[in-house]
Amino acid sequence: MDLYLPIANLSVNALVIIGLGGLVGLLSGMFGVGGGFLTTPLLIFYGIPPTVAAASAATQVTGASVSGVFAHARRDGIDFHMGAVMVVGGVLGSIAGAGIFRLLQESGQIDTVIAVLYVVMLGGIGGMMARDAVRTLVAMRTGTQIAARKRRHHPLVASLPLRWRFYRSGLYISPLAPLLLGFGTGILTMLLGVGGGFVMVPAMLYLLGMPTQVVVGTSLFQILFVTMAATLVHATTTKAVDIVLAGLLLIGSVIGAQYGARLAQKMKPEYLRGVLAAIVLLVAIRMALGLGWRPDEIYSVIVE
Amino acid sequence: MRRAAALSLFALAPLLLAADKPVLVPDVSQRDVEIRYSFTGAELLLFGAILYPGGRVPAKPAEVAVVLRGPVQPIVVREKQKVAGIWVNAESVRFRSAPAFYAVASSRPLDQMVDARTAAIFELGLGNLQLSPANVGSPGELSRFEDGLIDLRRRTLLYGQRTSGVEITDGVLYRARLVIPARVPVGRYTAETFLIQDGRVIAGASRDVAIRKTGFEGYVADAAEHSPVAYGLFATAMSVLLGWAAGALFRRR
Repeated sequence: MDLYLPIANLSVNALVIIGLGGLVGLLSGMFGVGGGFLTTPLLIFYGIPPTVAAASAATQVTGASVSGVFAHARRDGIDFHMGAVMVVGGVLGSIAGAGIFRLLQESGQIDTVIAVLYVVMLGGIGGMMARDAVRTLVAMRTGTQIAARKRRHHPLVASLPLRWRFYRSGLYISPLAPLLLGFGTGILTMLLGVGGGFVMVPAMLYLLGMPTQVVVGTSLFQILFVTMAATLVHATTTKAVDIVLAGLLLIGSVIGAQYGARLAQKMKPEYLRGVLAAIVLLVAIRMALGLGWRPDEIYSVIVE
Repeated sequence: MRRAAALSLFALAPLLLAADKPVLVPDVSQRDVEIRYSFTGAELLLFGAILYPGGRVPAKPAEVAVVLRGPVQPIVVREKQKVAGIWVNAESVRFRSAPAFYAVASSRPLDQMVDARTAAIFELGLGNLQLSPANVGSPGELSRFEDGLIDLRRRTLLYGQRTSGVEITDGVLYRARLVIPARVPVGRYTAETFLIQDGRVIAGASRDVAIRKTGFEGYVADAAEHSPVAYGLFATAMSVLLGWAAGALFRRR
């Protein structure tokens, strides 16, 4: 079933894109991640121009995070105060990201930077997750208990000036810390089309020291608004948002997410985390190899 | 400059031709190529008649070459090199006038039909495109980038050259099929026909072809280009609504 994408300027098989969205949705339902980190590379492998892939993936992540935000809000799992600070940071970050995007595009290095960022981030986080998963599995086998990590924010965060009380998180820290965190993920959303949950969740846990009950909800809350901002910024600067592409991905991913959530209930969480770590590492390795291999196309053309 | 000269020559061609020269009556199968939801490319038929003086086909009939040419764009061609173990874009060359699309077909191989000078004047053949390079180092470097550009666009079907694409029936009717791929850029195209005898272009004519997005696709592309804020808001709203509706639907079940 061929369908013409009006912004990407090419025909795709609609079922392949829906299936791709479904696969990403399945993973996001199983693991509670947005899945943007898989959407963008998969779209690029399929032949969609990288800019259109990143912009449309950001639009799709918005839709994929809506129902999660409602669900967490009902369970009181969102620190709205902290979330609002991070959204402000994220919106500023996506605007800064647009500037960085333009600079990189002009110098011709945008594709390389996107690939290197993916390798560094996914490699680092996949490695961390794999280490944790192996440690838990070993502990399960041997029956030893891992000492729970003490919840405490990082000394670097404590050294920042100006302190606010975040009641829902039970923290008394400088708002600059979540603002900067939001800013960083905003740049990532703009460049890579990812929500940034896989960076934000560990950072909120280990850097800010937020309680686990509010981490996922607050990160989803931030992702929802920052991907909306990124879509708007992309629409006005790069003009690369393809609503047909985003719509197809969304149809696939919302359906996939429901089945993913059901699958997740049948699997042991320890194994789930191991599988997710493996997937993240595989994408990172594929991207790293892509950088080192001689590319299929030595020449590329940009219309001015 | 050469291009301008060629064009003016082209415009004057009917006046320069004597009455005993043959005349071309060309046409194209579609003046409008519409890109719609299921567009996977199109085929354009360039056809027409050669009117010889007195209606007699000479013993050695003329040959025909047809060119479909897209709008001219300024482009940058970048070349990847291995730097510190990874492949990155290194050198680049600007071309001020690269056609977005170029397809040529002829009744015989072009190099047997015309000499190099004529081919250069009429931009016949992929090797004769006037690309107007802007920042060139050495001639070797320039031809490397030109070859890179032509090779890349040939494989994506944006550039093409078919040496036997034109069929001539009874020496008077000609037709050629040119393939337009799905990735074709929109804009005003020209379909040119050249009648060639003894290595010289003895008649030429051109027709305009418009390639544009219509219907929903045209509306979307137009909105994204001209009212980006509304388009962005709509995309966001669509995403939020779809996500929310799906969540609500599945929860009820």
